[in-house]
Amino acid sequence: MADRAVALSGRFGTALGLAVAGLVLCLTLGTLAAVAWRAEAASGLGPADWAAVRFTLLQAALSATISVVLAVPVARAFARRRFRGRSVLIALLGAPFILPVIVAVLGLLAVFGRSGLLNDALRAVGLPEVSIYGLQGVLVAHVFFNLPLATRLILQGWAAIPAERFRLAASLGLGAGEVGRFLERPMLRAVLPGAWVAVFVVCLTSFAVALTLGGGPAATTVELAIYQAFRFDFDLSRAALLAAVQFALCLAAGGLAARVARPAGFGAGLDRPADRWDGASGWLKAQDVGVIALVSVFLLLPLALVLLRGVPQVGALPGSVWAAAVRSVAVALASTALCVALALPLAIAATGRGGRWIEAAGMLGLATSSLVLGTGLFLLLRPWVRPGDLALPVTVLVNAVMALPFVLRALLPALRDLQAGYGRLSASLGLQGFARLRLLTLPRLRAPLGFGAGLAAALSMGDLGVIALFADQGTETLPLQLYRLMGAYRMDDAAGAAVLLLGLSLGLFWVFDRGGRGHAGL
Amino acid sequence: MKRSLIALALVATPVAAQDRPVLTVYTYDSFTAEWGPGPQVETAFEAICECDLRLIAAGDGAELLSRLRLEGEQTEADIVLGLDTNLTAAAAETGLFTNHALGERDYDLPVIWDDPMFVPYDWGYFAFVYDKTRLPEPPASFEALAASDISIVIQDPRASTPGLGLLLWVKAAYPDRAGEIWEALADNILTVTPGWTEAYALFIEGEADMVLSYTTSPAYHLIAEGDDSKAAASFTEGHYLQVEVAARLASTDEPDLADRFLAFMVSEEFQKVIPETNWMYPAVTPPGGLPAGFDTLITPERALIYPAGEAALIRGEALAEWQTALSR
Repeated sequence: MADRAVALSGRFGTALGLAVAGLVLCLTLGTLAAVAWRAEAASGLGPADWAAVRFTLLQAALSATISVVLAVPVARAFARRRFRGRSVLIALLGAPFILPVIVAVLGLLAVFGRSGLLNDALRAVGLPEVSIYGLQGVLVAHVFFNLPLATRLILQGWAAIPAERFRLAASLGLGAGEVGRFLERPMLRAVLPGAWVAVFVVCLTSFAVALTLGGGPAATTVELAIYQAFRFDFDLSRAALLAAVQFALCLAAGGLAARVARPAGFGAGLDRPADRWDGASGWLKAQDVGVIALVSVFLLLPLALVLLRGVPQVGALPGSVWAAAVRSVAVALASTALCVALALPLAIAATGRGGRWIEAAGMLGLATSSLVLGTGLFLLLRPWVRPGDLALPVTVLVNAVMALPFVLRALLPALRDLQAGYGRLSASLGLQGFARLRLLTLPRLRAPLGFGAGLAAALSMGDLGVIALFADQGTETLPLQLYRLMGAYRMDDAAGAAVLLLGLSLGLFWVFDRGGRGHAGL
Repeated sequence: MKRSLIALALVATPVAAQDRPVLTVYTYDSFTAEWGPGPQVETAFEAICECDLRLIAAGDGAELLSRLRLEGEQTEADIVLGLDTNLTAAAAETGLFTNHALGERDYDLPVIWDDPMFVPYDWGYFAFVYDKTRLPEPPASFEALAASDISIVIQDPRASTPGLGLLLWVKAAYPDRAGEIWEALADNILTVTPGWTEAYALFIEGEADMVLSYTTSPAYHLIAEGDDSKAAASFTEGHYLQVEVAARLASTDEPDLADRFLAFMVSEEFQKVIPETNWMYPAVTPPGGLPAGFDTLITPERALIYPAGEAALIRGEALAEWQTALSR
């Protein structure tokens, strides 16, 4: 066990992984330190700040739990069923995760808002209206955003159960209940904690959704408190403190999950598509169809309404929007390449000795307040270069580090299985270093790599040009341009730009994800 | 062939960009957008200044100031354009700005303007905007609004300029009863958004009856969209005034050019661009008057505004009242 890291990655690989972890630490904790260093006076956290911490914890824990609990039946339904258009549907269901917040919120409001479809229907049949504003709205929105992520992460767990185990289960005459007990539950035990933490941390840094749908200052999150410290009080020390609290919460959640998670230990299989004899009964079929239909309506209806509103406007978009779209695609491709290049050595190193810490370092990108990251980076770089000259490279780098945790989440379970299933064989063959990477690791990781790259690309597309501080002439990205259109009363043009953004994000995601899956049945 | 390529390269390069002085202006995002005032202002000023005007977008008004504080005297900005009267006291306190050389001028502002440091370029009143087809009888005061079941969307004063404007508006209208007014308004507030953009989008999508915006907002819908259904409700308490200003950095290496820009800013060439790109009132009404459509807007009888220093002092107390009333 002690030489696992060496066996999997070699010394060079481990060093590379540590270097990446170092880079991530510089960008997260380093920028935080830079902000704290620049602060003029130390200040503590007031009662309002602690109220924000409590609300943040509450909404993030609830959002993560609901998302993950709902994602299990959805992922199981997708894992059990094969139908035409399944892969397209799975890709489409990922869309809410990659939309800019305001677009997704408008889509949700078109369904659940005061004059949305749901309330129209309730009024028509004489029932009382429901309000989306309040904690329930925050939860609906966070589940809308994160259910797709949770579903995909859990679905990967199902796909990682070798087909031979299902075959064995069928030959032993096990029904759905026993398959659940012997195969699915151990898999969920391995996968769910990681998925929960991912969603928890995403919700931890939520700010615009929580405030807009939360209904008022009672829905203040830590991220909003950081924002206030920056722009209302210009209190850098408080901003840094709050950002540190955010990191601590993220690490605590990660530590908790690591204690709960157990490797499933299914061993390796032959990569045959899994036949699911256990799901053949009519009742289970109806159940799965029902679940898939429900989740599709919940996730796709708001998007369909966004599309419906925006499609007629796409042709009339101003030239600067198209220019921004081209720029955004270029940034997304560059940050995807960078993100994958960072994630692979990090993931490999994370399967070795001290791996939990390396994994935690990789996850830090998620818990980072983009405001603190941007400001810290600005303070660190400004003595050396003109920030405006680095606008696009910085966007590429920051997007890559922000997407890193998701790619890491996608790669790690697969890598751990790889080590458990093929570690001894490759050690006995003396397969190591680049030969091992080329012959074993990369081919086996093709699907999660494709999925991860797709996520990184889409996240980078949808990201609101992290850093106003680095902005310069001619560096606007598509989401920023969309936001500017809305800010200039041009709601119709903005709706068109949203369609363009949605199309490009989904397109990029689909190309990478599809490329990764090859012929396999995920 | 080779020679013609070289000739082409020479033509394509901006004529000797290096030996023209560069004037760097930090401003807010929407100023520099293709549809904002930026492009027209840049063309017009570069036609007379023999310089390169660089407009750098740095978030919104409050983020502009934060950026300057981070950069201190090493900033490359010569001018900052886009602060408002709620930020000028904090801006002056940084010691980064210097007095302008414009002398006394007559501005078409509802208040007397004699600030030696900050030059106004446009202004507007905050107001609640509504749709006449959805709300035939708008309330005429904060108290009437609070007594009604009309829903409003407002912005968070901690994260948004109009949000802060509303905070000060209520405080200026009811210096001793602001907390009480907020408590009465609490059930009218559908939600609080981080910025103007989200709030206005919610209103346009029909989520709320009214949204906090400007008296000039209906002009956009009328002039740009031919839609006369939007209007601003006139409040008897008066309306809070926002004056947007620019100032010269003390650290500028182009002080004369910077002063020329400030003078240009209050000239007709700049001012006539403002109404239909920034959708605010110009600080100096151009000789041709305001565009058709602006005459349909409401004109408040009382302009409310705190002097710069006072606004900074009072906002902490006003914020506490707001938070207490709305957190219940």
